[in-house]
Amino acid sequence: MGFRKLINSKKLLSFFAAFMLLGTNLLMAQTAAAGAAQEEAPKVDWTGVAYYVLIFFLICLGIAIVGKILKVYDLTLKMQGKKGIKWNTVMAVICIVFLVAGLYGAFWSFTEQGSMTLPEAASAHGVKIDEMFTVTTVLTMIVFFVTQILLFGFLFQYRHSDKRRAHFLPHNNTIEKVWTIAPAIVLTILVVFGFFTWQKIMNSENLKGDINIDVTGHQFAWELRYPGKDGVLGPKDFRLVTGANLLGVNFKKKSSFDDLRVDTMYLPVNKSIRLNILAQDVIHSVYMPHFRVQLNAVPGLPTFFKFTPTITTAEMRTKLDDPKFEYTLYCNKICGGSHYNMQKVVRVVTEAEYQSWLSRQKPYLNDALRKELHFASADNAQSGASTNRLALNN
Amino acid sequence: MSTLAVHDHAGTHHDEHGHEHHHDQSFLSKYVFSMDHKMIAKQFLITGITMAVIAMILSILFRIQLAYPDKTFPLLTTLLGRFAPNGRISPDFYLALVTIHGTIMVFFVLTAGLSGTFANLLIPLQVGARDMASPFMNMLSYWFFFLASVIMLSSFFVQKGPASGGWTIYPPLSALPKAMPGSGEGMTLWLISMVLFVASSLMGGINYVSTVLNMRTKGMDLWKMPLTIWALFLTAILGILAFPVLVAGVVLLIFDRSVGTSFYLSDIVLNGVQQPFEGGSPILFQHLFWFLGHPEVYIVIMPAMGISSEIMSVNSRKPIFGYHAMVYSLIGITVLSFIVWGHHMFVTGMNPFLGGVFMITTLIIAVPSAVKTFNWLATLWRGNIRFTPAMLFAIGMVSFFISGGLTGIFLGNAALDINLHDTYFVVAHFHLVMGSAAIFGMLAGVYHWFPKMFGRMMDEKLGYLHFWLTFICAYLVFFPMHFMGLDGVPRRYYAFTEFASMQKWLTINTFVTWAAIIAALTQFGFLYNFFVSIFKGRKATQNPWESNTLEWTTPVEHLHGNWPGEIPTVYRWPYDYSKPGAEEDYIPQTVPYSQTMSSNQPHDFEDNPAGLEELNKFTSTLKANEQVK
Repeated sequence: MGFRKLINSKKLLSFFAAFMLLGTNLLMAQTAAAGAAQEEAPKVDWTGVAYYVLIFFLICLGIAIVGKILKVYDLTLKMQGKKGIKWNTVMAVICIVFLVAGLYGAFWSFTEQGSMTLPEAASAHGVKIDEMFTVTTVLTMIVFFVTQILLFGFLFQYRHSDKRRAHFLPHNNTIEKVWTIAPAIVLTILVVFGFFTWQKIMNSENLKGDINIDVTGHQFAWELRYPGKDGVLGPKDFRLVTGANLLGVNFKKKSSFDDLRVDTMYLPVNKSIRLNILAQDVIHSVYMPHFRVQLNAVPGLPTFFKFTPTITTAEMRTKLDDPKFEYTLYCNKICGGSHYNMQKVVRVVTEAEYQSWLSRQKPYLNDALRKELHFASADNAQSGASTNRLALNN
Repeated sequence: MSTLAVHDHAGTHHDEHGHEHHHDQSFLSKYVFSMDHKMIAKQFLITGITMAVIAMILSILFRIQLAYPDKTFPLLTTLLGRFAPNGRISPDFYLALVTIHGTIMVFFVLTAGLSGTFANLLIPLQVGARDMASPFMNMLSYWFFFLASVIMLSSFFVQKGPASGGWTIYPPLSALPKAMPGSGEGMTLWLISMVLFVASSLMGGINYVSTVLNMRTKGMDLWKMPLTIWALFLTAILGILAFPVLVAGVVLLIFDRSVGTSFYLSDIVLNGVQQPFEGGSPILFQHLFWFLGHPEVYIVIMPAMGISSEIMSVNSRKPIFGYHAMVYSLIGITVLSFIVWGHHMFVTGMNPFLGGVFMITTLIIAVPSAVKTFNWLATLWRGNIRFTPAMLFAIGMVSFFISGGLTGIFLGNAALDINLHDTYFVVAHFHLVMGSAAIFGMLAGVYHWFPKMFGRMMDEKLGYLHFWLTFICAYLVFFPMHFMGLDGVPRRYYAFTEFASMQKWLTINTFVTWAAIIAALTQFGFLYNFFVSIFKGRKATQNPWESNTLEWTTPVEHLHGNWPGEIPTVYRWPYDYSKPGAEEDYIPQTVPYSQTMSSNQPHDFEDNPAGLEELNKFTSTLKANEQVK
């Protein structure tokens, strides 16, 4: 058993420990100096690492001592002819304490952190989602509290006793049928409810009055494009992307000419909005939690999400009593290093405000792009052809 | 057929056996290239624990970043070098940490570490076989796994760091090396590692299935198998059917990355440069990935369910309630798990009708899960509960499974998923229902079968401490995350400092991080207990838990072939605990009904008319005797 000897060797162990201790001490000293040099007032004091490690070892020591005391106590009890510590009872009591503390903790968490969650839905379909959410929460929370209470309650109630024998109960078909069918019924209700809600939200038809907005994600920003007076967005092609034409809008089509380049997403209240969602490089996700809107932006797969905002930013500010509140749109699918900061401000405004804002927006076809298109029309065709040849699966 | 095969095997082994007694095995063939299933189980377990510790340290690193996004920790620069410049983990490395933490935990710990350990240990011992169907393949399975682990970890040592596109590695992010540093060599290593891992998993799975089907001892029909075996058997089937699909997906991704094909890529402009890809679909990868990915979560949880069922029955000294319902619900989960993968893709732009269909199948799978939960509760009801550490962990598993399972009803609902998808609500959900629950199942198994593996007992008190601290801290870590998700806080964010709306969660994040740190430190107590007990623990008796299953009829000292003489015959199901009329409160599977006439019930002879007649005769004579008196 060479292996065992190796592990048991105290010399090796102590050598290793000494090495670790000295080695880390050295490191800490170095880093402390480096840390102090780098910053004026870093609150993190890195000689503190040794301090924390020491605390950990002290706690371990404390636990070891308590363990030994318990063992001695247990042995003395046994020497006196008593039974020793009844660990089963101790654990059963801890179970019931955990149950009470846990229930209180869960309740506290629901009230305290529950109040920090999203405000009421600011879109028409969002209200339906929230209703569903409430129903599901009520149903599941009943199950949650009942089952956890039963679980820990049984543990306490039926803790081990030498005097008793467990009740031999291998099965009971009636009760098993009941608790197969009951969840099945509840789930059927939720499924039917959810299925129709989902269909209604996603199977939205294209209506004439919809405001079409193009949202295109790339690393690490969103580009917005609004249609001009014709209400139609011009077609795009990724082959046409250049420095000035970031989205690759095709200006061979007339509908492209009046498209608008926009920085903040303004939405008129109570109007049906159709977000056309695209991505250029990797998958992003358009996430607007206040409107209960989310859909991935997938390169090569244009998608859309239709919704109707119902509460203006100003109204929401007064509702939340937060003058700085803004609706936001942010990325919710891992897309690279700056994934955590890929946001757009969304403002819901009245129709009048929207129109006046719209009239102030600049067209997508700016001077730089005009210039580029003018000179580069021949180049464009060529580069398009060359990319075609490069695409291997064609 | 099956009994014949067993006898043959037993015969050949007997000769080998005599042979082994004379020659000690070399270190290499005993500890390294072992073909003994018990040693392979230990190899899987110790490798799994090592990987779990590594993944846990990774999680603490990114938790520190989340709790203190504004502070600098020069020590991190010392430890991590270029990955943490100026005392802060870089955003790219943060994503790498998240990715590798997820990959290691899901695949290397909770698939290989859990199934690998307990399928290897328990299948031959509990069905009564001398070893696995193919011991050599079993050995290969471990070494492929080991190789996969080494390659996965080696990606920390390449210039640009490990894969960092999330454990789901969605292309195009993972397919374009220029999209992020981790999509370079790190991703290549990830893919190679996963292919090896799947090979390992398949070799293991085929072995488990064939052992269960062909090598059961005399009398061990399928309906006499312990629930652990049922769970591990169905898990292996799931793995065999699902893992190859991941390989297919991974191979196509390798083609896209290295050969220039466009399976997953189309219309891409990266950093202003058009890429020559056309006609592919990123959604295709997601379908392939989740076709494995969803069964995978059941591959993770089902062994934990089986282990917990067994442990809860043994320690509440009561038969598992509704054994048949437990098996059928496992089968139901197995079948349904193949048709629910789309619920991971509700908001990917997949056809909304498809979303509706997947929502229906997903919520149906909640029914067998509910049945299992109620049956566990009924098992505890009127039991005589012994709180061993294993029992506590099994109970913890049930508690987590309830808490995490219920939030699955929200996420499985496509309409609700619109707003919850990819938020912390999801993180909380799966860390409870499959992360914590499966880890607790695994720990329960380790505490319960430690005496079988190492012939010694673990320290109970340290086990109690380990359980309570871990259990409480896990709830403290994951419970608040639900509310973060309900506030629309996305997962995989490096910092919440950029959003005014998310800054209020900073205190919660600090709290969660400290809970996680305490939980992590507690695990050192477990490690101490585990490794010290291997060498210095109290010697175990043959059947320390007074359990019915076959593994406790083998001698404490391991020997190749498991049983010194003939393999015992099985006469009854494994859950005859506290049977009225029996002398002890347990009757091992190897005790024939003829020896327990006083405790037999008509129910025991449902498919055995001759036995029933015997019983009737016995009871009538008993009655006659009483009348005479």
